[in-house]
Amino acid sequence: MRTIKFLLQKEFLQIFRNRGMLPIIFFMPVIQLVVLSYAATYELKEVDFHLVDFDQSSTSRELVAKLQATGYFNLESYSFSTEEGVRKLRQNKANMVLTVPHNFSRNLQLGQPADVQIAIDAVDGTTAGLIRGYTESIIQDFNREIQLAGGPISQERSPGMNIIPSFWYNANLDYINYMVPGILVVLVSMIGMFLSGMNIVREREMGTIEQLNVTPIKRYQFITGKLLPFWIIALFELAVGLAIARFGFDIPFEGSVLLLFFVAGIYMLVVQGLGLFISTITHTQQQAMFIAWFFMVVFILMGGLFTPVESMPRWAQELTLLNPIYYFIKIMRMVLLKGAGWTDIQHLIGGLALMAAVILPAAVFRYRKASS
Amino acid sequence: MADAIIRADNLTRKFGDFTAVDHISFEVQEGEIFGFLGANGAGKTTAMRMLTGLLIPTSGDAEVAGFDVYSEHEQIKKQIGYMSQRFSLYEDLTVQENIRLYGGIYGLSNKEIRQKSGALLETLGMQEMSKKKIGALPLGWKQKLAFSVALLHNPKIVFLDEPTGGVDPITRRQFWEQIYKVAEEGTTVFVTTHYMDEAEYCNRVSIMVDGRIDALGSPAGLKQRYRADSIEEVFVQLARGAQRGD
Repeated sequence: MRTIKFLLQKEFLQIFRNRGMLPIIFFMPVIQLVVLSYAATYELKEVDFHLVDFDQSSTSRELVAKLQATGYFNLESYSFSTEEGVRKLRQNKANMVLTVPHNFSRNLQLGQPADVQIAIDAVDGTTAGLIRGYTESIIQDFNREIQLAGGPISQERSPGMNIIPSFWYNANLDYINYMVPGILVVLVSMIGMFLSGMNIVREREMGTIEQLNVTPIKRYQFITGKLLPFWIIALFELAVGLAIARFGFDIPFEGSVLLLFFVAGIYMLVVQGLGLFISTITHTQQQAMFIAWFFMVVFILMGGLFTPVESMPRWAQELTLLNPIYYFIKIMRMVLLKGAGWTDIQHLIGGLALMAAVILPAAVFRYRKASS
Repeated sequence: MADAIIRADNLTRKFGDFTAVDHISFEVQEGEIFGFLGANGAGKTTAMRMLTGLLIPTSGDAEVAGFDVYSEHEQIKKQIGYMSQRFSLYEDLTVQENIRLYGGIYGLSNKEIRQKSGALLETLGMQEMSKKKIGALPLGWKQKLAFSVALLHNPKIVFLDEPTGGVDPITRRQFWEQIYKVAEEGTTVFVTTHYMDEAEYCNRVSIMVDGRIDALGSPAGLKQRYRADSIEEVFVQLARGAQRGD
């Protein structure tokens, strides 16, 4: 125990003396949370569209005015040629081209079907889907208004099923509520994955590890000395992050924060174990960094931070069962937004605990004081 | 001999096809200053790393302080001090903090650490630098400090891997004074060097060429056997046939 105390003292002295790293360690949570949470959003803003209005009627102008009035659409330019519209799409000047055909208002008045065409730049499929959804609902709305305003045909509402959605757990569909818990996970992962592993490789690069290896220090002492400081720092950052989430972003805290810290404690062992394992198979910080990045990117992209795991192909979903970030993001969202308790998430905690129980001993086993 | 504190018997280390240390056998007596000479790449550091438990031998046997290098390297580590050819104290910690860390790791009590570091700083004349970060010290001071830290826990044997590399002649002289002092106090000193003049300070020297020990004896004895005026001449005679390195 005493040896570990000396090692911890040394690590903390070095961490707090490292002028390059210290600000990053402690500003990272703030910057990541604030910047990413606001920037990474799926809400649609300012879609530039090109208008080709062959109809030139008051009805077509009303439709365009209605689009613009929503605040999501911005009339970038207009012309009387569909080719011009396509060119705007290709030049990235417009995301959508709205074409109103010649007999649009006349057909409406005669009670005949009237078409409008929307052409959407679908390079970014998600955005294209959103544009389509927004446009469709605006046009349908417009359609209904015309009917109510005494269009020549049916005054009464068309009968049919009426769906009244009720959104649970995130009633306003606030994207930030969804993102912030996930970004908190990324935050602690970075510390766990990079810092402790990198720290060991750095000692190897500097040659200082040899002086330690020639002492009677035990493996578990050395590794505790390396893992514990960053375990503590990560939990501290989680606390800062949660405080920002609560008071800065008004994220609901439905569940137990204590439970979250308990899970975070286990989760850290998994990522730190992985970082440690990487450090035992690499010789330079560069190699370690590269491998850690590889895992990190895969974990984040497949962990459900941005895109739902449920919409991934089956094989990818099965792979996700090995992804610690997936578990923790899910737990974080369940606990914070839904108020999930121990029984709701125990299977996920079990998954994390199992991973920790595999990777950590593997890393300790791989770490050798003597090279063979 | 009964009181050999290091005993190597056909000790060998291969890295792939390359035999870095090729069946070396020797004994070091307790309290001796044993010089381990050889050109760069002759295998000195590899041999030393095996004896200090940092590297597992490919074949052969060795015992250090009565413990086997294969199975008991952790016991060996309690008995030895080591100073590597790369400076390996923490540059971002102060002199005092480094001493405290290693004192703690070797299980010294807080009181012992205080006493030892006080005495050590006084002997080295480094009291004023105790709060300075090691990175800011000149190389000579760093080396002297690393040597003292390696002796903090009163080891039976201290292994020095090219301790005077890159150090000016005056500091080298002081360094050897330190070595003599420790040897007088009964610590066995195992030192590698490629400064041949330093070999003259040793009780016995071995000369490694291409992973083998080609000569072993007292400096005077070796000079006589090879009809040479200095160990340097002995070395040049032996190293002429070397295949490796410079």
